Amino acid sequence: MTSTRRAPARGGGTRTADRAPAPAAPESGGGQHSFVGTGTLVRLALRRDRLMVPIWLGVLFLLTIMSSLSVKDLFGSAASRDQLAGSAGATPATVAMYGPSWDVGTLGGLSTWKMNTMGTVLLGLVSIFVVTRHTRGDEEPGRLELIRAGVAGRYSALTAGVLVALLTNVVSIPLVALGLMAGSVGAGPSFGYALALALVGFVFTGLAALTAQLTESSRAANGIAAAVLAVAFLLRALGDTTSQISWLDWLSPLGWLVRFRAFAPQPHWWLLVPPVVALLALLVAGYLLAGRRDLGAGLLPARLGRPAASRLLSGPFGLAWRLHRGTLLGWSIGFAVLGAALGSVSNGLDDFAASKGVRDMLQALGGQQALVDSYLSFTMALAALVVAVYLVQSLLRMRGEETAYRAEPVLATPVGRLRWAASHVTVAVLGAAWLLVLMGLFAGLGRGGDDVGHQIGRLLGAALAQLPAALVLAGITIALIGLLPRWSVAAWGLLGLFVAIGQFGDLLKLDQRVRDVSPFTHTPTVLGGTVSATPLIVLSLVAIALAAIGLLGLRRRDIGAA
Amino acid sequence: MDNAISATGLVKQFGRTRALDGLDLHVATGEVHGFLGPNGAGKSTTIRVLLGLLRADEGTATLLSGDPWRDATTLHRRLAYVPGDVNLWPTLSGGEVIDLLGRLRGGLDPVRRKDLLDRFDLDPRKKARTYSKGNRQKVALVAALASDCELLILDEPTSGLDPLMEQVFADCIQAERKSGRTVLLSSHILSEVEALCDRVSIIRAGRTVETGTLAELRHLTRTSVTAELAGPGDGVAAIPGVYDLVAEGNRLTCEVDTVKLDELLRHLTSVGVRSLTSQPPTLEELFLRHYEQDEPAVTA
Repeated sequence: MTSTRRAPARGGGTRTADRAPAPAAPESGGGQHSFVGTGTLVRLALRRDRLMVPIWLGVLFLLTIMSSLSVKDLFGSAASRDQLAGSAGATPATVAMYGPSWDVGTLGGLSTWKMNTMGTVLLGLVSIFVVTRHTRGDEEPGRLELIRAGVAGRYSALTAGVLVALLTNVVSIPLVALGLMAGSVGAGPSFGYALALALVGFVFTGLAALTAQLTESSRAANGIAAAVLAVAFLLRALGDTTSQISWLDWLSPLGWLVRFRAFAPQPHWWLLVPPVVALLALLVAGYLLAGRRDLGAGLLPARLGRPAASRLLSGPFGLAWRLHRGTLLGWSIGFAVLGAALGSVSNGLDDFAASKGVRDMLQALGGQQALVDSYLSFTMALAALVVAVYLVQSLLRMRGEETAYRAEPVLATPVGRLRWAASHVTVAVLGAAWLLVLMGLFAGLGRGGDDVGHQIGRLLGAALAQLPAALVLAGITIALIGLLPRWSVAAWGLLGLFVAIGQFGDLLKLDQRVRDVSPFTHTPTVLGGTVSATPLIVLSLVAIALAAIGLLGLRRRDIGAA
Repeated sequence: MDNAISATGLVKQFGRTRALDGLDLHVATGEVHGFLGPNGAGKSTTIRVLLGLLRADEGTATLLSGDPWRDATTLHRRLAYVPGDVNLWPTLSGGEVIDLLGRLRGGLDPVRRKDLLDRFDLDPRKKARTYSKGNRQKVALVAALASDCELLILDEPTSGLDPLMEQVFADCIQAERKSGRTVLLSSHILSEVEALCDRVSIIRAGRTVETGTLAELRHLTRTSVTAELAGPGDGVAAIPGVYDLVAEGNRLTCEVDTVKLDELLRHLTSVGVRSLTSQPPTLEELFLRHYEQDEPAVTA
């Protein structure tokens, strides 16, 4: 659809903006009346986001604390940090992933090094999601029409979304700063870094205010903004690793962040200016467009689909594949990148271990291979948790289909409940296995060396060994959907509990019986140890039993939202 | 079995709400059966029980000589269903949904598919996300009507359609009747059911209150009449079956039992009619009048 200028709905009376020359400022909506109702909408947005935003911020806070505490623990001495800066910190892979390692010699610099990417992704995405959710996300299904027909101005929804997103970023400042200070990092630089990080979130808030005007669908608006985030990351990664094109850094908000250097003796304070300028420019563009387009319209035309279904889309499995494939594609890219990064970082560890003092220490501990293997095993175990997130997410989609009454037309055809459920379960489980294969494959390629084939084989095995524990979570989710459908989301809570047991088990000195509750406790260390298949078989059997119970329950219960 | 659908004494409880409270429904093979009731009366719940999506707490149901719960998948080969609130996969196009639902039922007739798309004026390339309620309904209708089956179960299929499309829908149902298909058509619009259905079941609060042919249900319907006469309409009050008479000068309004309409009109024309409007009562008015005071009596 094209955007047509039209007479303002309120305040402007009979004036036809179509004939008037394009106004320089978006005053056509009737001045300050355009913002009427913003306060109410902000309260509505805060009410609707009361869970989502705190969870995002909580994850950011936990990441910061874990990063700063582990750095203090592992690299407390300046010598060990310098060592790292010279080895792992200098490989192109880590620089591309995390940014230049200029200040890795300081506690704060090392703690925030790994957070540059994670932090900007978290704050960038939450900013994009919040803005889109309260603008295009309400406009697309027609909720905004209801609101705008009341006493609410043209810009009220956009302003409310932007304000809540900005507020989210502002709240992140003390959280990130306190998280860093927990690792004995100085308060001044900590707040400086937290501010620079929040300003990256500001830029993506402005960006989302613009993309929400472009498309009719909120999914596409989110997608365009997230793609810009990915490009910003790539520009920074390319600029940092290739000196001839290091100017690319200056085009990216992530480049501004890594060049701000909060922990250098002289931080580049002037680099806090470009994000603010970018925010203002993007907001002006967004408001200009918002003032000139019709409710519901976008600038970019809505894409049309196929007039007829392809051969693939002719059964429940084809439908499930169609529904899951987009998500799986995103996850696949993530796992491939993760695997490649993992493999190449482990090469950095080889260099690290090659220095004299470390080598002697490692010999005592079981050799250089042992260090690399334990690092790889540790990260593979983390991948198991991430795969479990994928499994829970994609299996809950099955329940989502039911509560949205989209399962009903399928189940009113000769497709039985078991076949319908099996379609989703199969796609989810095969998807999880596929993700782990990708991870092992790319970790082996990233590790490289003369024996790539051998490394790939070893790491593929190590990655796939994580599957059974993750499948137990799949079994739990299916059992909940079948027996206690209203409590299906409790699967997230259980996953969170298991993650906590794994991450804090040592710290809290938990009893072994408590640790045994988590399926992830039972995955054997495949690399550098003697592997027993028994726990893997038992985990798989538990997963199958839970799934069978759930499917039996699904056959016996009512289908519907209740 | 002569009955395509046969349900007796269905009870379904959701928590404290009793959605079905001893409901009876009998649909003969080959007939178009109207399933009438105000919103929330239990129409959709009954249909979901008949589709085996919900299990009735009490009562028995037979669908195409099978058990709707136990034989769900085999029975579903022989029927097509249009939900009352059509929810589609937002990223699929309308054409893809039509083909998918058709193939799940065992294939659809491409000629009929194209013909129906033309008649309903539906663009199959648009993503389901962008369809209005009426267009989503058209997608489900095309998928159901283009498939070859014995029984059509339609849950308020016209609630989002404009009058033009309602007419297209009515034509399609007439054609279905001629080709011998059984249709269960749920609705809360009496005139729609009157125009299309052979027999009607009326339900309220989870119970069947009336069932029969439209002629048998004539006693239920009253028509409201407003007339402008050449002279004072004396004597109208004396006609049996006339209620709520208001006469102001030469103008009168009243309600009349539909079976007595003829007698009233004869009287009015004898005085001389300048203008006349008559309209059937809405279903809700009907219920208010007949069942509000008396407890609903269950008829077989």
